[in-house]
Amino acid sequence: MNSQPAGDRSERLDGLNARARAMGQAWKPRLAVVADWMTTVDHKKIAILYFLSGMTFLLIAGMEGQLIRVQLAQSELRILDPNLYNQLFTMHGTTMVFFAGMPLIIAYFNFVVPLQIGARDVAFPRLNMFSWWLAVFGGLFLYASVPLGSMPDGGWFAYTPLTNREYSPGRGMDFYVLALLLAGVGTIAGGVNFVVTILNLRAPGMTFMRLPLFTWMALVVSILILLAFPPFTVGLLFLLFDRNFGTHFFDAAAGADPLLWQHLFWVFGHPEVYILVLPAFGIASEVIPTFSRKGLFGYPVVVFSGVLIAFLGFGVWAHHMFAVGMGPLANSVFAGATMLIAVPTGIKIFNWIATMWGGKLRFTTPMLWAIGLVSMFIIGGLSGVMHASPPTDLQQTDTYFIVAHFHYVLIGGLVFGLFAGLYYWFPKATGKMLSDKLGKWHFWLTLAAFNITFFPMHFSGLLGMPRRTFTYPSELGLDGFNLVSTIGAGLFTVAFVPLIVNLWKTLRNGEPAGANPWGAPTLEWSTGSPPPHYNFAVVPRVQRRDPLWHPWIRPEEEEAGDHEDAGPGGVEPRLQPEVAPEPVVMPSNSWWPMVMSIGMLIATVGGLGSLETTLVGAAITLVGLFGWAFEPAFRDGAGHL
Amino acid sequence: MSELAPVTGIRNRKLAMWTFIGSECMLFATLISTYMVYRGRNLIGPYPHELLNVPFITVTTFVLLMSSLCMVLALAAMQQGNRRQARFRLFLTAALGLVFLVGQFYEFNHFHHEGLGLSRNLFSSTFYILTGTHGAHVLGGVIWLSTLFLRLGSGPIDAERIETVEIAGLYWHFVDAVWIILFTLIYLLA
Amino acid sequence: MYRTPTDISNRALAALTGLAARRAPVSGGGGSCVEIAAVVAALAAGLGACGGPYPQSAVHPASDMAVKLDDLFDQILWWAAGVFVVVQGILFYTLFRFREKQARRRPREFHGHTLLEIGWTLVPALILVAIAVPTIRVIFEVDRPTTDENALVVEVEARRWWWEFSYPEYDLVTANEMHIPVGRTIDVRMRSADVLHSFWVPRLGGKRDVVPGRENHIWFKADSTGVFLGQCAEFCGVAHALMGFRVIVQDPSEFQEWVGASLLDAPRPTSADGRAGAGVFATSACVGCHTVRGVATAQQGFGPDLTHFGSRLTIGAGILENNVDNLVTWLDSTQHVKPGALMPEVEMSEEQLRQLARFLLEMR
Repeated sequence: MNSQPAGDRSERLDGLNARARAMGQAWKPRLAVVADWMTTVDHKKIAILYFLSGMTFLLIAGMEGQLIRVQLAQSELRILDPNLYNQLFTMHGTTMVFFAGMPLIIAYFNFVVPLQIGARDVAFPRLNMFSWWLAVFGGLFLYASVPLGSMPDGGWFAYTPLTNREYSPGRGMDFYVLALLLAGVGTIAGGVNFVVTILNLRAPGMTFMRLPLFTWMALVVSILILLAFPPFTVGLLFLLFDRNFGTHFFDAAAGADPLLWQHLFWVFGHPEVYILVLPAFGIASEVIPTFSRKGLFGYPVVVFSGVLIAFLGFGVWAHHMFAVGMGPLANSVFAGATMLIAVPTGIKIFNWIATMWGGKLRFTTPMLWAIGLVSMFIIGGLSGVMHASPPTDLQQTDTYFIVAHFHYVLIGGLVFGLFAGLYYWFPKATGKMLSDKLGKWHFWLTLAAFNITFFPMHFSGLLGMPRRTFTYPSELGLDGFNLVSTIGAGLFTVAFVPLIVNLWKTLRNGEPAGANPWGAPTLEWSTGSPPPHYNFAVVPRVQRRDPLWHPWIRPEEEEAGDHEDAGPGGVEPRLQPEVAPEPVVMPSNSWWPMVMSIGMLIATVGGLGSLETTLVGAAITLVGLFGWAFEPAFRDGAGHL
Repeated sequence: MSELAPVTGIRNRKLAMWTFIGSECMLFATLISTYMVYRGRNLIGPYPHELLNVPFITVTTFVLLMSSLCMVLALAAMQQGNRRQARFRLFLTAALGLVFLVGQFYEFNHFHHEGLGLSRNLFSSTFYILTGTHGAHVLGGVIWLSTLFLRLGSGPIDAERIETVEIAGLYWHFVDAVWIILFTLIYLLA
Repeated sequence: MYRTPTDISNRALAALTGLAARRAPVSGGGGSCVEIAAVVAALAAGLGACGGPYPQSAVHPASDMAVKLDDLFDQILWWAAGVFVVVQGILFYTLFRFREKQARRRPREFHGHTLLEIGWTLVPALILVAIAVPTIRVIFEVDRPTTDENALVVEVEARRWWWEFSYPEYDLVTANEMHIPVGRTIDVRMRSADVLHSFWVPRLGGKRDVVPGRENHIWFKADSTGVFLGQCAEFCGVAHALMGFRVIVQDPSEFQEWVGASLLDAPRPTSADGRAGAGVFATSACVGCHTVRGVATAQQGFGPDLTHFGSRLTIGAGILENNVDNLVTWLDSTQHVKPGALMPEVEMSEEQLRQLARFLLEMR
């Protein structure tokens, strides 16, 4: 039964090494490092891979946004060809949501969740790597359309019938459909992985009501992924068949209803908003208590409101369709449900403020980002209530007012949260402290740039600026607002400079972080920075929420009176021994996730019109699947995690 | 490393299968909703009532149900450690699944000859994609069961392997249950 | 051409900056964020001021429907402004009061407070009810078909990338410019010839998507005369940005005059150039797509109806002013002026183009 895959692997490595020797000794260690990263099953390394790929796509999509702003700087400009403009906004949205936003939140899941629940890895380490490969291959496949000059141009929402073959005859929308199908498989696999991880791998004593908020949100979001992605997958499948095999799912002439696509898309698309934003809320719920030196206010209420947001999120999709003519009853129902979501969202905001109330606030960089999130999200939430009302939405939908709204949600919410998390957990991941000074430059510049870019869009939208138009007539009188937005967008690029400098300087010679530089309460801070491969030398036993604040930090603080908090290099309780008392067996690296994903990528490429390629890809996929299934997870076959 | 007991009491692989099935429910729910929403909106023939052969599909449905029964029996044999019976019943489960697929192939082929190509009309689109997606699931199950059958030729019958068969069974029963719904909605209520 | 308030003291700007000129319900305590927002908004407003007036504005209503939507928006905006100021105020007060240097003692733990939790669940819920009630009332006012039997039906057919307007009452078809009488209910019924579009004249009413395979309605009663800008508001492909139109609201008598004139066949050109142009037109590719009532060869409905083209304000679906030079440019380099347009560029000499343009303009 045990065909010797471990042997295979070392043979392969040997082969690579032999080639490396031929190229020169210097390559040997580097190649081994590359091979290690390509086959890793360590959730912390996979997190870094997710982060890097997500950031790369974020920067690419950000540049696409910049080009859009350049074209719109003044009325009636012809800097970009309209076809190119349409491709750019399609790629900007698709990339940001699927290949920047999703991978980045999953990067944080990967790094933080196992550490927070006291586990040594996720439930299915190889599946984890498989998900990452598919996320990357999906993105690369989408961007393969760029050199071929056939980028998708039907919008990230891909409304039919515009995206049917008849009206979008190019290959562009096929790239879109296939890329999202491919990445979607990986995302669903990731959802399964994290649900099982969080349900099953919690350390003894880590009950649901002791779970850190971020992990809670990871659980909720993973369930959302599992329920929201399949309808979208089906929609994509329909579109694929309509475009390539002449079916009629969205063909009004055959008796179908083109609006079906909108329903399928938004049944997924609206929960997707919460998939992206709830993790950011989770990060805020970690950062704010830590830097208020005070436990989260109303923990069960915050948890429950997160669950409620997710649940309600499935009942509001048609508020994206108030203008399609669903009739007054349907519009009223969806309006009511949508407004209802404002209640749990408000609860979260009030609980964060109450957490800070009476605390001892330290305005570190992560704290600034978290506060920025709270403040900016209020704006996005309030404008959201405005178009939760269908009559006002009739004036706002498909205008820049909406563009302003969802950028306040997705930048003010998601991106601010991601940066809060980056500055917060970077010391844990690398063992080095990011510069607080540069971090604050990054924060204030971003805050200014973000508001200068997007706040004027509220006005331009209300005053008649439609979305998704490559230009606008000067008679609209909107040149001023647009120019401000464009200037802000330019500043946005500048705002990234301190971050890049900070990362570069810190990685070269940053201050060492120590296990718990922030004096934070959750389990990830009880182990080394960076954590050892096995995370915890001894599996922790959890007795209460915020375990590191009880009983170590609090009494000590009480005695000291005005206690000097454990800062960088400060003294903090080290809960984990330096060395594991007994050997820890961790799962071995594996090539099979990569083999299988390559097979699926090839099959996807075949989807562009070559059945043979698809069959070859399917065969490789099958080989990868069997290789994976018959390969023991542990080199010496020593049971499961 | 000492293995920690899964917190839920359900081991990871099985919990993953349950989770996956939950996700699959949404997949089929979407496909079925589409079929139901579009039912009766066909503008050109052939129409469902002209083609659907209920007695024939009743037989293949029965075959699929029997395969589920075989699956239950196979798991029982595994738990008793009876290798020969377990293998035989797994083989039978897969074989019955294959018979169902052959039936579906025959049906598709017949429809095609009656002028119902994939791109013929709204009915053909929804029908082929819905039943085809289900068929693909059956095919995946047949391949999985065949692999189990082959691998059971050697090695011990331990808790690990019993659980593997149990998980495959979960999947197989789910696929069968979906077919019962499809059979009812597509054929019986046509 | 159109009338809009020249001042920029529209309610959106005023209320969102929290510096409302009208009665301001702003309770004090606003923190620095409000100030920042005010500065940003003032900056935006200042620059925006250079651009006005705003002919496509949703907050300068000129019909019963647009007024209803705008009034509702105002209500919600005031609630939002109030909530914004209060919540940001509390947030920044908290940040200020409990900053590290201020806090003398270790933070006191309190993990929850049931009454507070109930309070901040109920208060937002009540505010939402206050928003939901008028919302639902307005939905039922504007979303149901009109009951006005005297309504003027205008059928809209949206196409890539122009608009056809027909008046069943008068058996009249025109394109890209919709004439309507002031003070009479207009029942707009829309269909799409190809993909999704959306009918939107912000000053006269909200959007309504035009969906293939179904007929959608919107109705409104314009309360002042003038020319109002409209625009397709659902992404519909390459030239989506250039799919504008005009709604010309006239006194009933003027409107009747327009109807009467429009029902006539196209007038014969008077100038020599125009007559030459008529010849060019009749034998050109133009007649393969366009209708001109009065020209026997031009009876195709694929392109816009060009009868009385000379009386239109714009060409190319609201993108160029209608005059000889623009018309020549349009005919000569259609794909440059409106990339993606389904109208091919015609191969003609400069002279022929000019004659053609004259002919079209003389069809008033």
